[in-house]
Amino acid sequence: MSTAASTDATEPRASAGTSRAAALRGARIREAWHRAPRPVRWLLGLLVVLFFYALPILNPPIISTPDTDFGGVLFTVAVYALVAIGLNIVVGYAGLLDMGYVGFYAVGAYTVAVLTSEHGSWPFLLVLPIAMLTTMVSGILLGAPTLRVRGDYLAIVTLGFGEIVRLTLVNSEWLGAAAGISKIPSPPDLPLFTVPHISWDTGVPLVDLGRTTTFLEFGVLDQVPYYWVALTVILVVLFFDKRLKESRVGRAWEATREDEDAAEIMGVATFKFKLLAFALGALVGGLAGALFATKQGFVNPQSFALLLSVMFLAAVVVGGQGNRWGVILGAVVVAYLPERFRGFEEWRVLVFGLALMLLATYRPEGLIPPGRTARVKKARKEVAALEEGDVEDTPSDPYAGAAGSGALNRQRSADTLATHTDPRTGEETSSHD
Amino acid sequence: MQFLFDNFFALTISGLALGAVYALIALGYTMVYGVLQFINFAHSEVFMYGTFAVVWVLYFMGASGTTGPAVYGKFAIALLVAMAVSASVALLLERVAYRPLIRRGAPRLIALISAIGASFMLAEAMGLRDRLVGFVGLDDELAPYVARARDTRGLPLEIPRVGLFTIGDYRVTNIDVIVILSALLMMVLLDQFVRRSRLGRGIRAVAQDPESAALMGVNSTRVVQLTFLLGGIMAGAAATLYMVRIGATRFDAGFLMGVKAFTAAVMGGIGNLRGALLGGFVLGVAENWGSAVIGTEWKDVVAFALLVLILLFRPTGLLGESLGKARA
Repeated sequence: MSTAASTDATEPRASAGTSRAAALRGARIREAWHRAPRPVRWLLGLLVVLFFYALPILNPPIISTPDTDFGGVLFTVAVYALVAIGLNIVVGYAGLLDMGYVGFYAVGAYTVAVLTSEHGSWPFLLVLPIAMLTTMVSGILLGAPTLRVRGDYLAIVTLGFGEIVRLTLVNSEWLGAAAGISKIPSPPDLPLFTVPHISWDTGVPLVDLGRTTTFLEFGVLDQVPYYWVALTVILVVLFFDKRLKESRVGRAWEATREDEDAAEIMGVATFKFKLLAFALGALVGGLAGALFATKQGFVNPQSFALLLSVMFLAAVVVGGQGNRWGVILGAVVVAYLPERFRGFEEWRVLVFGLALMLLATYRPEGLIPPGRTARVKKARKEVAALEEGDVEDTPSDPYAGAAGSGALNRQRSADTLATHTDPRTGEETSSHD
Repeated sequence: MQFLFDNFFALTISGLALGAVYALIALGYTMVYGVLQFINFAHSEVFMYGTFAVVWVLYFMGASGTTGPAVYGKFAIALLVAMAVSASVALLLERVAYRPLIRRGAPRLIALISAIGASFMLAEAMGLRDRLVGFVGLDDELAPYVARARDTRGLPLEIPRVGLFTIGDYRVTNIDVIVILSALLMMVLLDQFVRRSRLGRGIRAVAQDPESAALMGVNSTRVVQLTFLLGGIMAGAAATLYMVRIGATRFDAGFLMGVKAFTAAVMGGIGNLRGALLGGFVLGVAENWGSAVIGTEWKDVVAFALLVLILLFRPTGLLGESLGKARA
């Protein structure tokens, strides 16, 4: 086993497909980022974060939504991004297909609604951790019996869970039935300073003193402070997400996802880790639901339709499951684009469907696939080339070997090869040369 | 609980009729899953297009004044057209949404996303059919077919209900008999086709091991097409029976039926044709009994709770999975 990756394999081949070229480009960007000195990385990161905080104030043309309140749209996008990060733990890291994620989102939102408005008037900041805890418990309650079921069965069971949650909300008088719960209080205000918005109405940026936002005053009309809170929550969750992914837990998830039996044999308590992924994913979903409830001021069962689960899953898969930046981009695509083009209201679902199909066909690994996927792909090609002399990009019969055990085995061996990563250089070690 | 015992036979028989429709749709899910191992999420729309085919055909043939055997004749024609329409949609789906993906060796979850996209597109295209037709300037000519595209469309002609015989205290109608018997007939035909015919053997071969099947000279592309075709035909039959029973449809009518049918397929053991039949009947009857005991509004909760229970005790469904294991 040699540690040096063969140099000729890293060169783009003449026959490289578009996704392969894109993956290489992604790898190059990633490499440049890791090579940059630490202060540069910090500064760039800080600038990007600042830009996102300032976005609703800047109202940049093209990006800003002319038909709806931009602050509100940004909040929706931020909530989707939070949900996508949470669902990514379940789908992307642990490889569990959850199609009822909206159930957790609803549990979080309704916990806030019940404790602050319907059956109590507890302060929001106290209810928020309770909502997270409740959702986590609901995740464990759902996961404990169902995670023993494998693969696609899990998808339909979770889908059923999402529906059960929604129907319970519709049919329970205690939870406000179909009308839902209103008068949910906003988070406590903390007015410090006021910033005016920037207006682009005349083509040049002008400070619009007529439209201002007070730093942390949660009004009904001005939704920018809610967006700031959501953005802050995202940053906190991202920090923990990164820590977890790179820890023993993250590696256990990866092993379980790639080959559950092998992981079990190597001593990974797969069930425990799957349950942990489910619970943590649920927690983040509940957090997003709680934010949604407090911003909206009311909740009703229609806000938690099954379709929302599909949208959440689409965000994760379109963005690139397993890559936290990818799923955030996916959430932006799924939540922002329909709002931006509200002028085409009646066509947007049709166009969204078309976009999903095209993305699935042309970017099957998602918009930003995780670095590992690119490495696996490369290793798989190398193994195939070794086994069969050379491999064609398009076999004449597309379905042959698409789902069979033989193809799966070969895929597995390629995956195992790709996981040997040199910790110093970050380069992949091919164990077969 | 008393209500359940008082209406036991009525609930059971209408549950069986509903379950028969679930089972026919479930066949499409289960066959595609058996061969390709992925959830054909857009199959619900294949069914929905079938229901509209029935409405349009009956409208086209003119419904007023039709009596006696002519009613059944018109429904038979509608059945054939619905099968053809559903099968075409299913084949189109395979060609546009799945084949390009699988050719690129995409992961299965991506096929699901493509299916979701296709499902949205198909449903919305039906819901916007007045606008789409308007682009080519035919919206006036086709107004009876496309007007008020987002509303519920009823059938212009219905089979008159006749009580045939009594079970317990329930008078079984001709509708119940037609729906249950035709569904059973379709399923027996399909089952025998897959078990006995040469093409059916091809399907089973690809389901067992696509690589070996390809080496033995089975054209997997054709087999997959055949799978979608058969699933579409069954969905068309389901659509007709659904219209006979319910009598109205909408552009988004497919979704819930699709979810239920998929539940039935999973309940019976996905990839298993007879499992889909059993799952459909169990689901239909359980829904009716359950809603009689704890209230109609909990009907869907009963369905999913039952699914979870069954999967806990039989993790591969009632009859176990695998289309490939079906022996001739």
